[in-house]
Amino acid sequence: MPGLGGRMSTVIKSKISRMLDRAEDPGETLDYGYQKQVELLQNVKKGIADVVTSKKRLQMQSSKLEQNIVKLDTQARQALSQGREDLARVALERKTLAQTELQSLDTQVRELEAQQEALTANEQKLRQKIEQFRTKKEVIKAQYSAAEAQVRISEAANGVGEEMADLGLAIQRAEDKTETMRARASAVEELEKAGTFDDLSQLGAGQDDIDRQLQELTSGSQVDDELSKMKAELGQGGGDAPALEQGEEKA
Amino acid sequence: MIVRVSGEGQFRLPDEDADRLNELDNRAVAAVEQGDETGFRELWSQMLELVASDGNALDDEELVESDVILPPRDVTFAEATGEFTGDGLIPD
Repeated sequence: MPGLGGRMSTVIKSKISRMLDRAEDPGETLDYGYQKQVELLQNVKKGIADVVTSKKRLQMQSSKLEQNIVKLDTQARQALSQGREDLARVALERKTLAQTELQSLDTQVRELEAQQEALTANEQKLRQKIEQFRTKKEVIKAQYSAAEAQVRISEAANGVGEEMADLGLAIQRAEDKTETMRARASAVEELEKAGTFDDLSQLGAGQDDIDRQLQELTSGSQVDDELSKMKAELGQGGGDAPALEQGEEKA
Repeated sequence: MIVRVSGEGQFRLPDEDADRLNELDNRAVAAVEQGDETGFRELWSQMLELVASDGNALDDEELVESDVILPPRDVTFAEATGEFTGDGLIPD
């Protein structure tokens, strides 16, 4: 079968078929088949554990971004209260970038969470099927002739093999997803290393590459809005911003 | 016939559904070949609907191979490009 049928013939599935072809004695095939299934189930569990680990790492990164957002907001306020609107603007631009990243990261982590739940449920189901196989093999051993047993056990083992391959595919997809997310998260980390979220007092007067990139990335209007809001809160009028509409003036 | 929706398990469908599923499958291949994502999405949800309306979930105790394996529900168009090719999921 072309298409997904072909893709489903994964390593796991072919492993089971190969090992079934090998043994002559059905009884031996059955026991070996069961033993192999139990071993492969361990791989499946490990795959799910890997997905969970990656997810936790991304969640940590997400909370770090949250801290950065708070920090940048505070710095913008400080800069503004010292009359450094230029620095406040830079801080807010960076905050906007961090917020955008955080939103997309959070969405993806939530999706991953759903996938993880499905994987765990399917792993439970696979375990039941393997248990079923164990029961079935005893019946087949006792009731059928060698030739017939071979056919029946192939059917059952292929059923389990398909289940296992399907779960393997689902784990693979989840891993691919965390990989993409991690690539994106480490891009943010690079920005962090490059000093993007560093203390603003360390910033030179001139614009560096990062600043220019940031200005391209972030929408000016959002930053403008936030600047005027902040000004209002700090009780600074002036400029062309409608700053005092909502805030209370300082006494 | 037995149909698996990847990630969701196996379903038993009446054999008469094979033709309908095959037709949708072939049209999905055509949509993918034309790069028509909207068309593909529509056909794909029709395939899933067919399984949902006519199919009965297989008992966990049944150990059988599927006749047709459908991709995961959330298959991306890029993934579909690799799956829905040639004769499609169901060989003619």
